[in-house]
Amino acid sequence: MITKNEIKQSFFLSIWTIILTFPLMVVKVNTIKNIVIFRWWNILYVAVGAFFASLAWNYFLRRKNEGKKTKDSIPVVHRLLQNHKFRLPFLATIGVIALIYPFVTPMYHTSIMISALVYVVLGLGLNIVVGLAGLLDLGYVFFYAIGAYAYALLNLHYGVSFWVVLPLSALLGALFGTLLGYPVLRLRGDYLAIVTLGFGEIIRIVLENWVDFSNGPRGIGNIPGPSSFGIELNQHQSVIYIYFIIITICLVTIFFVQRLENSRIGRAWIALRDDEIACQAMGIDKTKTKLTAFALGATWAGLAGVIFAAKTSYINPMSFTIWESITILCVVVIGGMGSAIGVIAGALVLILLPEYLRAVAEYRMLVFGALQVIVMVFKPEGLIEAVRKTYKYEKNKE
Amino acid sequence: MRWLNIIIGTAIAGVLAFFAAKEIINDPVYFLELFLGGLTRGSIYALIAVGYTMVYGIIELINFAHGEIYMIGSYTALIVASVLGLYGYNQVVIVILAFVFAIAYSCAYGFTVEKIAYLPLRNAPRLSALISAIGMSLFLQNYVMLAQTPEYLPFPELIPELAIWEPYAHIITAPEMIIIVTTVIVTALLGMLIKFTRMGKAMRASSQDKIMSALVGINVNKVVSTTFIVGSATAAIGGVLIASHVGQINFFIGFLAGIKAFVAAVLGGIGSIPGAVLGSLVLGWTESFFTGYFWSEYEDVCAFTFLVLILIFRPSGILGRKETKKV
Repeated sequence: MITKNEIKQSFFLSIWTIILTFPLMVVKVNTIKNIVIFRWWNILYVAVGAFFASLAWNYFLRRKNEGKKTKDSIPVVHRLLQNHKFRLPFLATIGVIALIYPFVTPMYHTSIMISALVYVVLGLGLNIVVGLAGLLDLGYVFFYAIGAYAYALLNLHYGVSFWVVLPLSALLGALFGTLLGYPVLRLRGDYLAIVTLGFGEIIRIVLENWVDFSNGPRGIGNIPGPSSFGIELNQHQSVIYIYFIIITICLVTIFFVQRLENSRIGRAWIALRDDEIACQAMGIDKTKTKLTAFALGATWAGLAGVIFAAKTSYINPMSFTIWESITILCVVVIGGMGSAIGVIAGALVLILLPEYLRAVAEYRMLVFGALQVIVMVFKPEGLIEAVRKTYKYEKNKE
Repeated sequence: MRWLNIIIGTAIAGVLAFFAAKEIINDPVYFLELFLGGLTRGSIYALIAVGYTMVYGIIELINFAHGEIYMIGSYTALIVASVLGLYGYNQVVIVILAFVFAIAYSCAYGFTVEKIAYLPLRNAPRLSALISAIGMSLFLQNYVMLAQTPEYLPFPELIPELAIWEPYAHIITAPEMIIIVTTVIVTALLGMLIKFTRMGKAMRASSQDKIMSALVGINVNKVVSTTFIVGSATAAIGGVLIASHVGQINFFIGFLAGIKAFVAAVLGGIGSIPGAVLGSLVLGWTESFFTGYFWSEYEDVCAFTFLVLILIFRPSGILGRKETKKV
């Protein structure tokens, strides 16, 4: 299992880590009060942590290298879902749970579930861009902000209702996706990442500084919830109302994404992700295909933005930082790029867990970062990997 | 198409030249201040950008964690300087030790980061390596934030005001002068390293063709490690200089500096060291004049817009070669 050599290696690595982390982990300076604190205990934690991390790293790396040949199996989740006996009861259970969830749990939990479901929509949208088309978009928050601010501003100035802005913001998202995508999609992958990152930052800076337009860092408050056709709702009821709206949007998103994935354009995205040159040789218009991915991905972000604004009733530029883009990216990457089930599971786990484990919530981004590296090294396809649709020839039973 | 480009280029240059001439006549001192400010800014970007460009030249990967290495460098300097300052050491000793530790730690971090996040993904698809790089950057940022503090920390003035320089200090301060001189020395040394040493030769070979260089007996992994170490060292020098110049640091400084240095590297033509320096200077001047004459709050927007424009009109940069993709 674990050889003596590996233990020795891990031991040295643990010493290396102690040296490496010494100034940052042990010494804590406060240059305002001019004091230095030494936290000697941290050495112990770092040493033990590094030792076991190194053992595990080596072990899994070896297993990954050995197990390359037996890879051709479908993951459990997909096998279960393809099994008809299991599929129906499973989906029915989830449906029932989703239906009664807001009625049996307190408002606080429903509210958290709404934010997780917003991330499901965002994740599925980004999945089109990153997972299917293979374009690393680090500025996805741009379109999210467009949706949120579109609702907030249109409502503030013209009193436009939620149900009008919802489709409008989807269109706006698609429009901006096309506008931004057009110049940058000719670039190679890593340039695209940086440029989209730039766009994501630009919108935040503009929203912060263009006070006449967006009210600056103070944000916009008093955004009404979704209009409910004349029926008065108290606070709890309106949360339940938003919950069902977001559930519906989730279902619509899942339906669309599934249909898109198996459509001509979806196959073109996947093919483009796998080999651009071969794709062009087969007559796929590279720019147009990438542009559709960008625009369709942005559409869902626009929708999610409106829901977000309606739910929190207050938005400011701080909700649309680079961290937001990276969180959504984590959902997609860790859940499983290109796999809708993976992304849904990823969103629920990554967003709900830190909400309930408040004690470790501050380590959220640290863990996300580490998970990104670990997932990429050991399981690049994510926790629940995507399965390409395969067609089997079945013999007639007669 | 080519004529159109030339006409548009000349028109833009003409407008800029007219504007510059007008401003020089109006207020020459302000113009000079902005010019020198841009030069300082550009020099700092250059120190970070060369690391980007070297790494990109060899493994063709944006090292997203490069900005974080720079940040860790300045944090280490801050910690060493504060601890030594508390025990009452001499200012010169503090400066030297702060630099030495900052460089050593940045190199160690650069080396380790490469081994953890990039080496296992050397043959993986590009997207995987990029995501891993972003993850590493996120991890390091949060690690420093949690281990130290999310607040801004005042940074001690490591580079002193020189008494000899006093008469010229109203045009350019001594620390600024030192930054510019250091950048010149460091980039010259780097150029020599790459041009004349055995390792430099191996680096150039690996950047052209990794398999072929491995066949002629170059240890490519070692070359990549060395590149990360050298790049991290320059980033650390930049980190200490800029932190001392600005006077405060925070765990987030690496992000923006990293992005801007990347813009500079792309502007100059990624993969080329003279290109990175030139690109940094151009970016420094652009930002300096833009914030000086237009809106100062849109400084970062200026850099990003600049990047988008370059990538659209000249993706290979000022000194970059046009690359053709082969099957």
